[in-house]
Amino acid sequence: MTVPEVARGAALTGDAPLLSVRNLNAYYGQSHVLHDVNFTVGRGEVVSLIGRNGAGKTTTLKSVMGVLRSRTGQVTFEGRDLVRLPSNAVARHGIAWVPEERAILSTLSVRENLELPPARPGGWSLDKIHQHFPVLRERGHHPGSKLSGGEQQMLAIARVLRSGPKLLLLDEPSEGLAPVIVQRIAAMLDTLRAEGMSVVLVEQNLRFATRLADRHYVLVNGAVVEEVARADVAAREADLLDYLSV
Amino acid sequence: MNAQLMLIQVFNGLVNGAFFALLSLGLAVIFGLLRIVNFAHGALYMLGAFVAFALGQAFGLGFWPALLVAPVVVGLLGVALERGLLRRLYGLDPSYNLLLTFGLTLLIQDAIKQVMLTRYAVSSAPYTIPEALVGATNLGFVFFPTYRLFVIGFAVVVCAATWFVIERTRVGAVIRAATENPTVTQAFGIDVGRWVTIVFGFGVALAALAGVLAAPIYSVEPYMGSELIIVTFAVVVIGGMGSILGSVVTGFAVGVLVALGSALYPPIANTLVFVLMALVLLLRPNGLFGLPETK
Repeated sequence: MTVPEVARGAALTGDAPLLSVRNLNAYYGQSHVLHDVNFTVGRGEVVSLIGRNGAGKTTTLKSVMGVLRSRTGQVTFEGRDLVRLPSNAVARHGIAWVPEERAILSTLSVRENLELPPARPGGWSLDKIHQHFPVLRERGHHPGSKLSGGEQQMLAIARVLRSGPKLLLLDEPSEGLAPVIVQRIAAMLDTLRAEGMSVVLVEQNLRFATRLADRHYVLVNGAVVEEVARADVAAREADLLDYLSV
Repeated sequence: MNAQLMLIQVFNGLVNGAFFALLSLGLAVIFGLLRIVNFAHGALYMLGAFVAFALGQAFGLGFWPALLVAPVVVGLLGVALERGLLRRLYGLDPSYNLLLTFGLTLLIQDAIKQVMLTRYAVSSAPYTIPEALVGATNLGFVFFPTYRLFVIGFAVVVCAATWFVIERTRVGAVIRAATENPTVTQAFGIDVGRWVTIVFGFGVALAALAGVLAAPIYSVEPYMGSELIIVTFAVVVIGGMGSILGSVVTGFAVGVLVALGSALYPPIANTLVFVLMALVLLLRPNGLFGLPETK
């Protein structure tokens, strides 16, 4: 599936960004792990954070979401600074987080997992989710943990759509999945973007990231060192791969 | 021991088991979500009985309204304790919670002892069985006290209702989710802290409910929860820490086991449950119904 031009265009208008992260610093105990991270995400835009393990990608998502509370700086979403809010309040403002390990709740059925996030206006109905992911209807009564890796990733993404987020924070959605499943996840993200949703994508799979993202931010040692536009990816591919190599 | 005597002991055991089940159920829901071993549970059970007694003395409140009002009053106290004290200790070493809830036990017990002595001039007070449940019921093999049969039936209904709510409703799904992964549940927009308070209050209310049920059988006295809570902790360990089904099934089973043991060989009755706990810990450390820790 190709990315609709309309959706891409939305990010390119001169409007204020949907999300603006300014001088974000984060800490694990005494460890200072993010250093003045800056990036923006436009409406309908997909932005990737790339970097090797330990670069601070996941910590950045957790800091934006409010899951990691030891943070300073500004996280401005639709004009409001969210940096002091806990994650449940951040979610209510329209940001959803799909963690790296997917966090499918094993004590809940697939259906209960889907229905857990509070439904909000603009969110996907159960019927709509089932239309896009028929397997989640078929497996509705199974424990969430009994799904395959790909099905779990679909459930993890579908689950947060119930709340109608405007911005999706996706952590390594392609990790550990077969190529055919990765393609389906990519097609799913195209659909979400076509609906006007913005995405921050954390990825180590450069092919997947460049297939989807309009812009890329490169993180090294907890700091953004470079921003690469989609148009420049081909010319900079070797450099980007170098950033990802161990 | 003949079959008739055994059956009588089974029913006696089920009465004790009803209290173990209600108390361990409360401990299990609290431990499941808060990871707190609530040492004050026995004192809060006693407080339920005392509140029923005090409301009867002050306002003439009978058993049936007390069965509702006392758990609500003590449950609200539980909410205040969680909000005011326990909440400050989350994230610290679990021994702080043990110390706090143990200290609360001493405070509550001694406060009630003082109130009973100064206000009512008694160290223990009887509590009247409701009129509708006075007398005995013919079970075919024996006449068994009607009130005790009611206790068994009521405890089964309360345990089954709690199981249903937690396993089959949206409220239960939220509690299970918050128990399994509070971070992700909170990030869905759910206020996990509020649920922690509600669940703690509910667990405490269950203890108080058991206290009201116990008042007509054991009478009301400040230390009535002390011994019971020790066996209840053993029940929770045998059933599996945090397991709702485990705490209920084990509660009734231990009650019957102790009753049969005391009939067969009285000296072993009190140690039987701890022998069973030791065996379970050796052979199945997560308890009979417990799942291995994933975090």
